[in-house]
Amino acid sequence: MNILKILNFTNQSQKRRSFVKMFLLSVAAIAIPGRSGSQEKPKKKSGWLLADGYDATEHLWGMGVNINDCIGCGRCVAACKEENNVPRLPFFFRTWVERYEIEANGRVSVSSPNGGYDSFKPELSDKQTIRSFFVPKLCNHCDNPPCVQVCPVGATFKTVDGVILVDSDYCIGCRYCIQACPYGARFLHPVTRTAEKCTFCYHRITKGMSPACVENCPTQARIFGELKKGASPLVRFKRMHNINVLKPNLNTEPKVYYANLDMEVS
Amino acid sequence: MEDIVQHLTPLLKEVSGYIFPNEIELHWGLLIVLYPYLTGLVAGAFILASLVKVFNVKELQPTYRMSLLTALAFLIVAPLPLLGHLGHPEKSYEIFLTPNTSSAMAMFGFVYAWYLMAVLLLEIWFDYRKDLIMWSRKEKGLMKWIHKLLSLFSSDVSEKAIRFDKKSVRVITIIGIPSAFLLHGYVGFIFGSVKANPFWSSVLMPIVFLFSAIVSGIALVLLIYMIVTPMRRKPIDMLCLNKLASYLFYVMIIDFSLETLDFIHRVYESEESIHIISELVSGKLFVSLVVIQVLIGMLIPLGSIAAAKIFKLPDELKKLIYFVAAILVQMGIFSTRWNVVIGGQLFSKSFRGLTTYKMTFFGLEGFLVSFIILIMPIVILYILFKLLPPWDEARQQVT
Ligand code: SF4
Ligand code: SF4
Repeated sequence: MNILKILNFTNQSQKRRSFVKMFLLSVAAIAIPGRSGSQEKPKKKSGWLLADGYDATEHLWGMGVNINDCIGCGRCVAACKEENNVPRLPFFFRTWVERYEIEANGRVSVSSPNGGYDSFKPELSDKQTIRSFFVPKLCNHCDNPPCVQVCPVGATFKTVDGVILVDSDYCIGCRYCIQACPYGARFLHPVTRTAEKCTFCYHRITKGMSPACVENCPTQARIFGELKKGASPLVRFKRMHNINVLKPNLNTEPKVYYANLDMEVS
Repeated sequence: MEDIVQHLTPLLKEVSGYIFPNEIELHWGLLIVLYPYLTGLVAGAFILASLVKVFNVKELQPTYRMSLLTALAFLIVAPLPLLGHLGHPEKSYEIFLTPNTSSAMAMFGFVYAWYLMAVLLLEIWFDYRKDLIMWSRKEKGLMKWIHKLLSLFSSDVSEKAIRFDKKSVRVITIIGIPSAFLLHGYVGFIFGSVKANPFWSSVLMPIVFLFSAIVSGIALVLLIYMIVTPMRRKPIDMLCLNKLASYLFYVMIIDFSLETLDFIHRVYESEESIHIISELVSGKLFVSLVVIQVLIGMLIPLGSIAAAKIFKLPDELKKLIYFVAAILVQMGIFSTRWNVVIGGQLFSKSFRGLTTYKMTFFGLEGFLVSFIILIMPIVILYILFKLLPPWDEARQQVT
């Protein structure tokens, strides 16, 4: 299978190429000689390490999260940082865990110290907490992703198997996608100075493994899998629970599905 | 990595409520405040010049060429803050090579290029062509050659050619007005179309941007006119100044109405985000929004210009009032940009907390660089005034 096709690049880059040609002809003054070679970049793309025989058209990936099962241990956060080389600083996360505490008087307090990396200390105040739960967060791999829409150079893109990725060779670091993501799922990597976020561990899932966070969750609060195949655990998960997504009113159509999500979570 | 830790760690303590962990870093800083400010001045100055041409406002003739050159000087600098804020400025050409057609930002290069090449430079060239030829005929040495070069070595000053120049200027002006609207309205769209951010997301955003741009452009030309004319030891033309002030006043009324409408609309609809936004406006943004933008930058100048007109004050006092009002307006518009860009990032998209922006002094995103970028157009304008004197006498000399 052609990598280009997998990444859905062909069409776009052709469209782009003819557009570019027209543009270069009409406004020759802005053309930068010798640069048009960057058009060929997608062809050389090998960074995604697609395993032989992986056919993206046969998959559509998603994730389920069962709030009731999450114990806030933060193992997923640590595993993600380890797996994806995310800076070990409290400002950069591909996934993080939030704690919600709902008090008797209706007050809600949310916290996520260091993204939940070090798990949560029990709250020792005299708050009258009536309900408390943990919510793991990550990129929702929106089916209608605002981050893809706004990226000026097309560095953020949607693969045919439904994963939203950032091509760091292309990313110019304008940060528009970070502004456009309603979930705070993105950050600018302090060293590469390009946009980053959860990839569903694309390098793993295309080899038939599950994402690092899913692998490391001790309670299986995260379920990863196929959305198109009837027999997949994710489809079953969606059938068995009342499912919600985050900020449904924004019509981003997330592919991370939460079971037992409280209305306070946004 | 070290500096980012140093920069961000103290901010952790400044957070109130809950923000997403990735939101500690504020992504668009002072440079992005400058960008809409600068393009706004360009669009505003150009629209002023166009008004003179299209509606043939005789009183404003002395500011026509001045406005065009002002627009050019600021337009040349406008892309710098954008480039400076990129993580990878060296890759910015990708915007031209592989633009993503659904991205508002990708259109920047094209709108900019169109405006610079097809509108501003052409209009200036046609307007100055005859003068350039006449100047170069009289002059000697370097200036002769500069003017010859700028006229692109054309030499036809026949009546027919001059008529053609005039006609071209008119046509370009007519294309130019929607282009100027596009240039700045589109900057508003960059913010207004971000549905993730309720503070930005508004259809009114491009229109508010546009009118505040015209306000800032007129105020800037007024300032330049009032500073440059005495420096040339010429009398200030009160007719011209009064007209400028009237225009400024009317456009400010429109701008203010639009902003009020936006405000009322938000409060009335009272959406999910209203709590966090009102916390923001009554807290961290109070000084820059309520005090500087609305009171100092809008109400006081409006009131004082109105007073100057109603009470028929003596010219000297009027001049003083206009001058101060125009400076206040500039402050106001700058903080308008600040409040949109920075203010819009101070609250979390969880709508549960606020963060802080800490300006640095050094560094690309720091105060110093922004200050230099703000000074640059003034230097460029000085050079342009030397090369292409916009004064009426310069024009009359040759005829
Ligand atoms: S969650 Fe954010 S980063 Fe992920 S696809 Fe949606 S908009 Fe893009
Ligand atoms: S930061 Fe990179 S990925 Fe994000 S919008 Fe800009 S160029 Fe695209």
